[in-house]
Amino acid sequence: MDIFVQQLINGLVLGSIYALVALGYTMVYGILELINFAHGEVTMIGAMVALAVIGALMGVAPDLPGIVIVLGGVLVAVPVCMLLGFGIERLAYRPLRNAPRLAPLITAIGLSIVLQNVAMLIWGRQYIAFPPLLPQGSHEVLGAHISTLQLFIVALSVLVMLGLWFVVQKTRLGRAMRATAQSREVAALMGVNVNSVIATTFVIGSALAALAGVMVSAYYGLAHYYMGFLLGLKAFSAAVLGGIGNIAGAMLGGLLLGVIEALGAGYIGDLTGGFLGSNYQDVFAFFILILVLVFRPSGLLGERVASRA
Amino acid sequence: MRFTIVSALLVTLVAVAGCGQKSETAGDVVKIGSVAPLTGPQAHLGKDNENGARLAIEELNAKGLNLGGKPVKLELIGEDDQADPKTGTVVAQKLVDTGVAGVVGHLNSGTSIPASKLYADAGIPQVSPSATAIAYTAQGYKTAFRVMTNDEQQGKVLGQFAVKSMGAKKIAIIDDRTAYGQGLADEFEKAAKAAGGEIVAREFTNDRATDFTAILTSIKGKSPDVLFFGGMDPQGGPMAQQMKRLGLAAKLLGGDGIQNVNFLKLAGAEAEGAVASLPGLPLDQMPGGAAFKQKFEAKYGPIQVYAPYAYDAAYVLVDAMRRANSADPAKVVAELPKTDLQGVTGHIRFDKKGDITGGSVTLYQVKNGTWAVLETVKSAE
Repeated sequence: MDIFVQQLINGLVLGSIYALVALGYTMVYGILELINFAHGEVTMIGAMVALAVIGALMGVAPDLPGIVIVLGGVLVAVPVCMLLGFGIERLAYRPLRNAPRLAPLITAIGLSIVLQNVAMLIWGRQYIAFPPLLPQGSHEVLGAHISTLQLFIVALSVLVMLGLWFVVQKTRLGRAMRATAQSREVAALMGVNVNSVIATTFVIGSALAALAGVMVSAYYGLAHYYMGFLLGLKAFSAAVLGGIGNIAGAMLGGLLLGVIEALGAGYIGDLTGGFLGSNYQDVFAFFILILVLVFRPSGLLGERVASRA
Repeated sequence: MRFTIVSALLVTLVAVAGCGQKSETAGDVVKIGSVAPLTGPQAHLGKDNENGARLAIEELNAKGLNLGGKPVKLELIGEDDQADPKTGTVVAQKLVDTGVAGVVGHLNSGTSIPASKLYADAGIPQVSPSATAIAYTAQGYKTAFRVMTNDEQQGKVLGQFAVKSMGAKKIAIIDDRTAYGQGLADEFEKAAKAAGGEIVAREFTNDRATDFTAILTSIKGKSPDVLFFGGMDPQGGPMAQQMKRLGLAAKLLGGDGIQNVNFLKLAGAEAEGAVASLPGLPLDQMPGGAAFKQKFEAKYGPIQVYAPYAYDAAYVLVDAMRRANSADPAKVVAELPKTDLQGVTGHIRFDKKGDITGGSVTLYQVKNGTWAVLETVKSAE
């Protein structure tokens, strides 16, 4: 029993990380119907910038409490990534806004490769260790361990999702976003500044990505120029699973993917009598993804187009 | 067609035999290649290897070497393979074309293996100071040798060590599905079983993963005494942290992939107590270690890791030349299996495949944030 609870917790934490990144994919898709493949790389840049700042702060003021140092890293990484997101949209997507849909997809992939290589040139190929600044203590729940950091990650992703939902549903900006998602032309005719709405979407998404990047590197204790690629792929799958374009769907998809992966890795060996091992955990997760998409092509919650964004 | 090729070969052979005599009378220079990454993230290790080989060549030149009755001068040609398999084959071809009599290298298994085919085709002897992958000597090339304990021998030592010295009864194994990690884990499993250990879990990850909580949780349910990881430090570091976080009490054991400084950085405080092996002996336990250190550091500064092995590899090559009384690669290759040399790193003899027999493996444990020598084990001959 405690093993099962532990696997659920593992899955929920992993899923919350996926969800946090998936929110960025889903926001951009909801408004532009564009898959921003560079989003995973923005996550990575966030982690790298934060680590650089944290390293510098530890050198200058080693006596500061750990949380303050990490917060310092976050406070620099978030604006840097917001700027980056703004730049990406301005340089790579806006000029192609009326081009065939394949064109921005290609620039997205290209950008992702460029960002990876730039990060490799700046920070090197080495895995960079995240210093143990955050409290490592863990609590026992039903015989399973959950650390303060894990609790924080789950809480943060829930809060961010609620905040985002509030912005989209209850504010003027949100209304403009929803209008842009439904029809860019009509929204523009109604006096919505479409360009600034889209730019804002990218900036918000990139801020979330920076947060997720710092969380991921603090949780796993490392950062690497390649970390954004796989994370981005998983988060994108989570967004598709939940119904891309739908904010609650990104959250649901992320959590589901995380839990499925954890349970798959944990039990697939025992269930098949050792015939299939934990190396099939990704196969298992993507098999479920395919199954869902066969029966619900628009994802679990991605039905009504009008509720997108 | 066949006839012409055979006759052409005969003509070349005769010509080569004739030339061999001549070129040695002309005085002269026998070229030996050294290949290692001299640029990129492993540049410091590569330069270390090259300097090791260079020290040997300079010593041999200073003592004077006679082949076929004539004095010969050795020349070291250092090449950079950037630790990249493709570049490795390019520089290997370059060395073959230059007409080297033998090669010390390459540093990595990943470059040594593809290059070994080129050397084998050209009949040039290759002695790697540091490639440990089983596949390197398993291809059946008569030209491939190494002076470093391979992964098979390392895995065996680790398996026995887990059961006999760490007292493990229940053992869990994770590997990263790479040629290195899986190869090491398989050998470990065989040896641990043979020594009487019970394998309670065999789990898998990959060499890009960072989340192991699911497999570690499942392993925790089987309460092993030792968790063996076949893989590298980018996975080993976070794994050590996640083990502690999940309250998994098993001791972490690994191979040379995690026996490095980066593992200590990535695992942080959770590295404490982890055990890992490194093929070969620590410098101060090598038979000629102290003297080598003095000679080497006077010339090139601090030793990184493999310099003594590159030094020995160069000596092994020249020793075979001396016995063959020739620098002709074919004759050197024929003499190499008979090598019986007291090197800096130990007693060097080769088995049928070209692997060193009775090589050593050293076990280290993390104590107070550094790797401390635990024990040295001689692998079975």
